[in-house]
Amino acid sequence: MRSLFINPVLNKEFKLRLRSVKSFLGILFYLLVLGAIALGFLYITSVANQSGYFRPEESRGMFIVLSMVQLGLILFMTPGLTAGVISGERERQTLNMLLTTQQSSTSIVISKLVSSLSFLLLMIVSSLPIYSIVFLFGGVSPSALASTFGIYLLTMLGIGSIGVMCSTIFRKTIVAMITTYGIALFLTAGTGFLMIFILNAFMVGNPNQATNPLPYFTVMTNPAVVLFTVFEPNAKGELLQRAGIEFPLWLSFSISYLLIAFTAIAVSVKKLRPNMRAGKSSKGNPSS
Amino acid sequence: MIEILNLTKKYGSFTALDNLNLNIEKGTVFGFVGPNGAGKSTTFSILATLLAPTEGTAYINGFDVTRDPKKVRRHIGYMPDFFGVYDQLKASEYLDFYGASYGLGPAERSALIPQLLELVNLSHKKDSYVDVLSRGMKQRLCLARCLIHDPEVLILDEPASGLDPRARIEMRDILKELKAMGKTIVISSHILPELAEMCDELGVIENGQLVATGTVSAIHQKLKANKVLNVTVLDGLEKAIGFFEDDPKVTAVQLDEKEERAFHFAYNGTEREQTELLEKAIHNGIHVLNFSEEKTDLEDIFLEITKGDE
Ligand SMILES: Nc1ncnc2c1ncn2[C@@H]1O[C@H](COP(=O)(O)OP(=O)(O)O)[C@@H](O)[C@H]1O
Ligand SMILES: [Mg+2]
Repeated sequence: MRSLFINPVLNKEFKLRLRSVKSFLGILFYLLVLGAIALGFLYITSVANQSGYFRPEESRGMFIVLSMVQLGLILFMTPGLTAGVISGERERQTLNMLLTTQQSSTSIVISKLVSSLSFLLLMIVSSLPIYSIVFLFGGVSPSALASTFGIYLLTMLGIGSIGVMCSTIFRKTIVAMITTYGIALFLTAGTGFLMIFILNAFMVGNPNQATNPLPYFTVMTNPAVVLFTVFEPNAKGELLQRAGIEFPLWLSFSISYLLIAFTAIAVSVKKLRPNMRAGKSSKGNPSS
Repeated sequence: MIEILNLTKKYGSFTALDNLNLNIEKGTVFGFVGPNGAGKSTTFSILATLLAPTEGTAYINGFDVTRDPKKVRRHIGYMPDFFGVYDQLKASEYLDFYGASYGLGPAERSALIPQLLELVNLSHKKDSYVDVLSRGMKQRLCLARCLIHDPEVLILDEPASGLDPRARIEMRDILKELKAMGKTIVISSHILPELAEMCDELGVIENGQLVATGTVSAIHQKLKANKVLNVTVLDGLEKAIGFFEDDPKVTAVQLDEKEERAFHFAYNGTEREQTELLEKAIHNGIHVLNFSEEKTDLEDIFLEITKGDE
């Protein structure tokens, strides 16, 4: 187990990441964007209410905006960070040599995933000081903050695993990246629109209609909606009620993302190296 | 040490490797020669457990590449024909990474790395970033990387390609040292002279088939027996050709493209029979102007072996 997490690939990836100027510029840019949004929010609200004060209610609003922006950045960055981890090595012609070493496929896949996600985690952790503004003014419970970071972690894990899987399956990074972005887009905007569509088509206009679980299942994998229900418990109550499902949404979300991650990692591990007996076992099959 | 059994690889309907059989003894330096696209890299990739064969298999040190790839990996050092490097690593870190990937401990690695760098003449570059090294240096660094887990078998795909003559000599000297260390080395090239002098045995591969194997001198001998004779006559070209074609040891008579009244053929008789053939020709009223053996070197032999199948 130890060798699975403290291993050469992980070590090397950290070394390379921390050595590159690009990584630091990335973090810097990220913090600047987030900081600008926070300051912008402060400025706009204090101008709007003309009091010069910043009240807990506004602080909460700022927390929601920051968290959503941060989720957006995670959704935007995760495919970019993970979809090249294997195909990139293939393109740089270093993969073959890595595959002839004694490293197990599991260890290679997991260290690639962990190392690219740690970088994202570093970005998020380095954004915590910006959140301190929120706590300075109150209005947000620590548990909401914990839930928010939990959703971040699961989103990174789920989408990141999909990225690694695409990177393993597709030969070209560009294809892997487009596919991963496509899937990420579907899981967020796609399921969001689907939910609205379903609500409009089946439920609006006949409030007496029996419950329909469809919207629940469509947004179950939508981190933005789940994050929103953390801030707006009312929205959550309504969704559960309409769906007629008691099972908490955050739990369904956690389970589905863990499942996605597990499946994607398993597929990557299986596909990383060729099945050396593949050709021979299909020998008996009549082919074309 | 290496046993290749009925190895076949198909890409769709295209057969890249056609029923290859080969046995390579421990400590042998075996050279695979063949033109580009012959199937050398395909063979090596299968041996390196990177590609699944369509049929057949290979054993390395007794381990089946299709059944025990992980064990095979412990016994081989593989150098691909084209490879990249992690450019933000220093030469010593590069080796350290692969050492760790083979499960060597930190102490072991720090003891080994200077020795390996010494072996491939890169000690002075240990703190240089890998991407600033020259092609020859990268090639040698990659060779050092193959050696880090002390494998018995080295599988080197065109290690000398793209090197200037000096770098090539340097590479050859390192290979000699490795041979002296008792390694079994399989090496490939599309240029025969590059291999001939450093190999104990050669296998000539063409269109996925092994067309000749044996020691360098055996292949030489075998082909030497089939020498090419040039004949020029004063007149009566057709009569002359008819005469030579009748001899059972003469094959493939062909008119010379450049010279008139000249032709050549393959001859597998002894030297004595060759003089008797000339005497008989003169007795038969053929006006021989020139009767000479064509000088063949290894490269011509190679061309001769490999052109037949097209
Ligand atoms: N992935 C592949 N798909 C289809 N054909 C391939 C593939 N890889 C190699 N080939 C074909 O197999 C043949 C042998 O290639 P290779 O083993 O690389 O030759 P060599 O190393 O001797 O130059 C070539 O004709 C090549 O075009
Ligand atoms: Mg090749």
